[in-house]
Amino acid sequence: MTGTATASHFKQNAHAALQDAALQKALQHVRANFIDKRAKAVARLPEFDALRDSARDIKDHTLANLDLYLEAYEAKVVAAGGHVHYAMTAKDGVDIVLKLCRERGAKAVTKGKSMIAEEIGLNAALEAAGIDPIETDLGEYIIQLRGEPPSHIIAPAVHLNKEQVAEDFRRAHRDLPGDRDLSQPVQLLTEARGILRDKFLSADIGVTGANFLIAETGTSIIVTNEGNGDLTQILPKVHIVIASLEKIVPTLEDASQLLRVLARSATGQDMSVYTTLSTGPRRPGDPDGPEEYHVILLDNGRSSMLGGDFEDMLRCIRCGACMNHCPVYHAVGGHAYGSVYPGPMGAVLTPSLIGVKEGGQLPNASTFCGRCEAVCPVRIPLPNMMRHWREREFERHLSPAAMRYGIGFWAYFAKRPALYRLSTNIAMRALHLFGGAKGRFAWLPFAGGWTRYRDLPAPQGATFQSRWRAKSGRLN
Amino acid sequence: MSAREEILANIRRSLGVNGAEAPRRMAVEDRLAAARSGIIPARGQGDRAAQAATFKGEAERAQASVAEVESAADAPGEIARFLRDSNLPATLRMGDDPRLAAMPWDATTLEIAHGPSDGHDLNAVTAAFAAIAESGTLALASGPDNPTTLNFLPDNHFVVVAASDIVGDYESVWRKLRARYGRDVMPRTVNLITGPSRSADIEQTLLLGAHGPRRLHIVIVKDA
Repeated sequence: MTGTATASHFKQNAHAALQDAALQKALQHVRANFIDKRAKAVARLPEFDALRDSARDIKDHTLANLDLYLEAYEAKVVAAGGHVHYAMTAKDGVDIVLKLCRERGAKAVTKGKSMIAEEIGLNAALEAAGIDPIETDLGEYIIQLRGEPPSHIIAPAVHLNKEQVAEDFRRAHRDLPGDRDLSQPVQLLTEARGILRDKFLSADIGVTGANFLIAETGTSIIVTNEGNGDLTQILPKVHIVIASLEKIVPTLEDASQLLRVLARSATGQDMSVYTTLSTGPRRPGDPDGPEEYHVILLDNGRSSMLGGDFEDMLRCIRCGACMNHCPVYHAVGGHAYGSVYPGPMGAVLTPSLIGVKEGGQLPNASTFCGRCEAVCPVRIPLPNMMRHWREREFERHLSPAAMRYGIGFWAYFAKRPALYRLSTNIAMRALHLFGGAKGRFAWLPFAGGWTRYRDLPAPQGATFQSRWRAKSGRLN
Repeated sequence: MSAREEILANIRRSLGVNGAEAPRRMAVEDRLAAARSGIIPARGQGDRAAQAATFKGEAERAQASVAEVESAADAPGEIARFLRDSNLPATLRMGDDPRLAAMPWDATTLEIAHGPSDGHDLNAVTAAFAAIAESGTLALASGPDNPTTLNFLPDNHFVVVAASDIVGDYESVWRKLRARYGRDVMPRTVNLITGPSRSADIEQTLLLGAHGPRRLHIVIVKDA
């Protein structure tokens, strides 16, 4: 798995991200665009919340019967002339792709955007085998030029500004005139379109992910806006789909429910531009399309998540709404998470995939504000699951000593209500007194983490509990 | 043990099942056979005229352009007009769809080519399998009639839709596919297309014509 090396350094990564002026400028686009667009799309569809319930129920039903739906799906793929491969681990998945490439003497592989390909580190493995992996999604193409992982699951280059992309294009596209104008996004897009068009037409194999796999028909569905996923799968002789087990849904009707919440939650579109259903290889008489169709079903830890505390995470349809609405993601961006999957969904999924020892810091990257759960199209209780991970991290003594002592200290008082009230009353009055006329502290012992960046407001005099009692528990 | 067996065994261990339970098998078989519809938005529903109007409005929201013509005989003229007004070359590639073949292309000055695209065509026309009112989406099925490459490689994509093929929702398209191709049988590719290609990957600036067509022009044929 690429990028996992730094998941355990979230704090250091976040600190660096906060100081990165270019990143902070780019992140403004996340705040400004995604939230507003989603809200408008949701407001236009009165059935949206009912569809979220429906989407959740479909996923739950499928997960509870995943073994049977996988068998049904496989039978249909085979009946349509396709091949199904099973991969227990990320390495198994990579090995299957490499074997298919080697057997066919493939030199160049075009790729539609796939988070599963990121998860298994497919590009590095292809390169090591002397095969040229070509990312064709504009954002993925840009970060491939930079040698970076994606910073967002649906907008991989959202951490970059157009000036940075222009620099990368000048460095990478040396055949083009050096004085060409690349000052606007449209010029960058046009240049990438021209360069990638030739690569689409000459690739030996196309690899895409899948948003959904339909058990009823053996169909894989990809959802894109650019059309790159389609050119990736219809032009080369071989189409390889890599997808994780939980992408299965029973019927086309079920997929329709999920499609209705996917694009609205992701980009605020009613529908993405291209929703493509692929079933097997080209048919007799077909003038185009791949001659071979392979599906690689990746487990990589999913089967163990079933039936446990984190099963709900397998409902995720990778829309990105949780990170688009996350104040922590807004502040530090996706790379700080140091994992393939950033944001709230990444904070929950990553420890399941790479272990709580490596990924255990990520569930702490949350204010528990609950916006992620409030917008999740399949109603995943993300904050609750981050809490589960925090408990496990604590139980396994993986959290820092200072934090463990601090919590122990607080717990001593919390378990003794009278003592708690007395000591907090004294502390509040003392802070109120020392806070003085300004009513805030620029520095306070044990609060350096807070006061280094902003003042700490002094308490107004009484604790919440005593004021609540004084009002006899009335709200107003 | 093969990876397949290992994964299925792992799933069953986690779920606490063995895979042979009759009630589970029946529930799954029933669900696959019944293909029941879930919640269908009211937006796409209504009579034929209402659905056509919704389809047109939603497709335009997705930055497609839409023209309505009285009969199939008027479609070539509309495409020729669009190309002329956009200062585009009068060339057009198409597949073997009988609905397109029956149209009077000779009455225009368009230079017509047939078969799939190799990436060097500026303009192509395909005939839609259906159109979906709720989101202004076209449904196109692959095959010699309408090669899939025509939907993606040319810069300008024209799609001819019979007004009678406009349906309210995706579920209606699935029913139509099952009726045409048989239960559980799908064409190699079904493309649901909502507007022209786009990307917002650079600074969230929405641009049309990322890798697929820059323009999508839909011609609705009323009397078909």
